[in-house]
Amino acid sequence: MEKVVLMHEKIVDIIVGESKEVNKKLKNKISVELREAAPLFGENGILDSIALVTLLVAVEQSVEDEFDFPVILADEKAMSQKNSPYQSIGALAQYVGSLLKE
Amino acid sequence: MENLPLVMITGTRKGIGKYLAHYYVEKGFQVIGCSRSSVDYELANYQHFCLDVINEFAVKKMFIDVRRTHGRLDVLINNAGIASMNHVLSTPMNTVRKIFDTNVAGTFLFCREAAKLMQIKQYGRIVNFSTVATPLKLEGEAVYAASKAAIITLTEILARELAPLGITVNAVGPTPVETDLIRSVPQEKIDNLLSRQAISRLGKFEDIANVIDFFIQEKSEFVTGQNIYLGGVS
Ligand SMILES: NC(=O)c1ccc[n+]([C@@H]2O[C@H](COP(=O)([O-])OP(=O)(O)OC[C@H]3O[C@@H](n4cnc5c(N)ncnc54)[C@H](OP(=O)(O)O)[C@@H]3O)[C@@H](O)[C@H]2O)c1
Repeated sequence: MEKVVLMHEKIVDIIVGESKEVNKKLKNKISVELREAAPLFGENGILDSIALVTLLVAVEQSVEDEFDFPVILADEKAMSQKNSPYQSIGALAQYVGSLLKE
Repeated sequence: MENLPLVMITGTRKGIGKYLAHYYVEKGFQVIGCSRSSVDYELANYQHFCLDVINEFAVKKMFIDVRRTHGRLDVLINNAGIASMNHVLSTPMNTVRKIFDTNVAGTFLFCREAAKLMQIKQYGRIVNFSTVATPLKLEGEAVYAASKAAIITLTEILARELAPLGITVNAVGPTPVETDLIRSVPQEKIDNLLSRQAISRLGKFEDIANVIDFFIQEKSEFVTGQNIYLGGVS
């Protein structure tokens, strides 16, 4: 259990780190200080699809380097305004965690 | 060595892919190739991966390896492909699935993973393979020609989706070239095909490399979503 929590925290750290990188190029910035609650994409999101894709690729690559395991952040509902697994940093972290557990 | 342009070519064991691997190494590129079986040649600045282009996990692992070693990818040439000569009434579903998987899904998977790597430098050139069998509506090649038509549409739309990342996506459509791919096509069919080209001869490997050279030049940055058929076919 502890291990899972630690892993989740690590993933959140990675996403926050990559969000800061992506923020350098964004006018509408991701509120990284909110950590898991920071909206990304969808109804309250601030990313357009190209910014979202840039963030996902960066997260995918960092997660692969950290956990030494291939992950593919591709989801049928990715571009859905309502059910995207990329609505917030927390949701994205959950999603990444579920891929690593598979 | 790290500054050599880096090109990935699929299907390098034989045929056009093998020629292209040698051609680009000779031109001073660092070449990464792949095919299901290993290759019977060794080249300086050539690295081979044994994998099936539709095995997502294996392909992903190769891309991770390339990213860790090189941190970039300049060019992707999606050459791996299979064909089948058959009448529609005697074509098994298994053949249909295999052709669409290898030609369409394989090309898609490589475009997706390559684009992730190319966007790091906001630069990339992708070249896909179509065929003159599509515009010539070649009887006996319905499934193959349809899969290549899909590749053209994929090329056109990816060109738009990937343009903001500095990546161009184009396709080259060879005429018949003497490789194993067309060995099962009867001579009479080949002759008939050649007679329908504006320039009625078999294609050469050099003809294909010439079009790819044009697409992958740095200064071809304003050329994307295009398909060039050889031999004057349109
Ligand atoms: N030759 C022609 O007349 C002609 C005309 C128009 C277009 N084209 C196109 O040109 C491209 C190359 O054709 P070619 O004539 O060189 O064919 P080929 O001689 O049959 O060679 C095909 C190559 O692709 C590899 N390959 C096939 N399936 C694969 C898979 N699932 N995963 C990884 N590698 C795979 C093969 O290696 P392994 O078997 O080891 O995997 C081989 O190296 C194809 O896209 C074809 O459609 C050819």
